[in-house]
Amino acid sequence: MKILVCVKQVPDMESKFRVNDGGKWYDEADLALRMNEYDEYAVEQAVQLKEQVGEADVTILSIGSDRVKETMKKALAMGCDRGVHVVDDTSYAKDPFEIASIIAAFAKDHSFDMIFTGMQSQDRGSAQVGVLVAEILGMSSISTIVEFTFDNGQVTARRELEGGLKAIVKAKAPALMTCQLGLNTPRYPTLPNIMKAKKKELLSVEVATLLQVDAVQETTRMYFPEKKGGGIVLEGDVGNMVNEIINILKDKTGVLT
Amino acid sequence: MKTLLVGEYRDGKLLGSTYELVAFAEKIGADSAMFLVGRESDLPQYNGILYFADILKYSEFNPTAHKQMLLEVVAKEQPEMIVFSHSSYGWDLAPRLALALKAAQVSEVIDFVDGNLVVPTCNSKLRRDVKSKTAQTVVTLQGGAFGLSGEPSGAPTLVKIETDATAQVEFAGYEAVEKGGVDLSKAEIIVSAGRGIGKPENIEMIANLAQALGGEYGASRPVVDAEWTEHNRQVGTTGQTVSPKLYIACGISGAIQHLVGMKKSEFVVAINTDRDAPIGEIADILAVADLKELVPALTEKIKSL
Ligand SMILES: Cc1cc2nc3c(=O)[nH]c(=O)nc-3n(C[C@H](O)[C@H](O)[C@H](O)COP(=O)(O)OP(=O)(O)OC[C@H]3O[C@@H](n4cnc5c(N)ncnc54)[C@H](O)[C@@H]3O)c2cc1C
Repeated sequence: MKILVCVKQVPDMESKFRVNDGGKWYDEADLALRMNEYDEYAVEQAVQLKEQVGEADVTILSIGSDRVKETMKKALAMGCDRGVHVVDDTSYAKDPFEIASIIAAFAKDHSFDMIFTGMQSQDRGSAQVGVLVAEILGMSSISTIVEFTFDNGQVTARRELEGGLKAIVKAKAPALMTCQLGLNTPRYPTLPNIMKAKKKELLSVEVATLLQVDAVQETTRMYFPEKKGGGIVLEGDVGNMVNEIINILKDKTGVLT
Repeated sequence: MKTLLVGEYRDGKLLGSTYELVAFAEKIGADSAMFLVGRESDLPQYNGILYFADILKYSEFNPTAHKQMLLEVVAKEQPEMIVFSHSSYGWDLAPRLALALKAAQVSEVIDFVDGNLVVPTCNSKLRRDVKSKTAQTVVTLQGGAFGLSGEPSGAPTLVKIETDATAQVEFAGYEAVEKGGVDLSKAEIIVSAGRGIGKPENIEMIANLAQALGGEYGASRPVVDAEWTEHNRQVGTTGQTVSPKLYIACGISGAIQHLVGMKKSEFVVAINTDRDAPIGEIADILAVADLKELVPALTEKIKSL
């Protein structure tokens, strides 16, 4: 069984962001980078599927500059077998259609039985790439899954809907799943596995060899939202803060009276 | 401009979010037609053409058939914009349609300014203005971003549509929401724990503050996903919607999916080490502090009152 997992490296969302000089994306300097949270579940599900079926080979694919190799190494240490790094220093400027086309161009000659992606990235948050990849490849796809079982080529997944409701959806492999938070419990790479990961194949492919389409949309400007104001910001000594909060609550709410 | 609005039906009911699509068309001054796979006994109040397919025949989740019918309607109506809710139905179907139309899809739109679609980025810390380069554009709208000024009204002109496209995946029914446990929707005071609590043991700290205030404790999704507390305490899109008098968010960044569940709270206190956390946008008080210090101190003080 051949499995593909797509991962993106994103900034930690607690970072202090700045808009870059071009004014269309954030400045990458000084940002702590990590694996997109949704993709951690995708990697874990792929590795669990491999463990279940035994005979399987898991490829991890990531598009970006050299720094994404760090994130790929984590996925390899979690149990993926090989990595394909699509080298692209301007991947951040590509739209979801371009990114999906790159992945599909790579995948089309590899006859993967299962593809896992995150349901969205934490930075762009378009929630399109996974479904687009499947559509380009003409493959079934189930988005936003929170439960996954595989039996004899048959997938049974639970899609998460609003308000806690879930839809039970079945598909036959080959199929693509976009993974939602809470799908499983992503493992921590152990030291021996981190060492082993260093020896795993990590192939580099130039993006130009895979990209055959043009962007369908463009970001014209990136900026900080206007602060709507109104709220009181308290900083400094915790003891003072406690008193201030209590005074405001007494003053402005029916609580504590 | 002409728009095609893709209404939404779930578990036997027309969703109120359908009217947010109408509000969006109104706001941008566009004409509209609507597409809905629903039930004839429960149609939207809407003045315009409603391309309608029966949900009993095409099911609530059958992306292939829904896409096929949409493509026919798009061919007939030639809309410049096809508008979905950014919901589990919309973000699943929209990219399928966009690809078939070779159209750009712009996700989670919150505004339309000078021809630019405005979308949040990086957990709402930043915004982007986006322009489509294709003649037709598919958009999904963030829940709650657009609202009708008045009550919905009107009666649609039905145009029935059909397809013989077969499903690629099989929808085998719903799994109901887990019932029982606490009912946060009735709580007057809620103190919620976010990922910022750091470890499961710190739930107790949050529960203690809730108890001192005579309220209940809730949680954000990562806390529930990590099984630090049970699902019926989760506040947000995929959890409960609450409207207490006081909501204290401890170590919660303020992602839109969380805000949707608690923005009707009368008064919001946020405790967060990050001064720029988006929760600050809707908080009445943002206390920039380590919750592990502030929460116990606040609890002690309240107990001593
Ligand atoms: C379809 C969908 C549905 C979703 N449904 C929900 C839902 O129903 N409910 C929900 O909550 N989320 C939901 N989410 C997830 C949501 O997008 C966020 O990922 C989630 O709300 C983040 O939770 P958090 O704020 O606790 O964690 P984070 O975003 O990781 O934020 C942690 C915060 O804690 C702060 N912090 C860290 N340490 C401390 C400290 N010592 N003291 C004080 N502050 C500290 C940080 O500054 C940060 O702001 C959904 C996502 C999707 C895609």
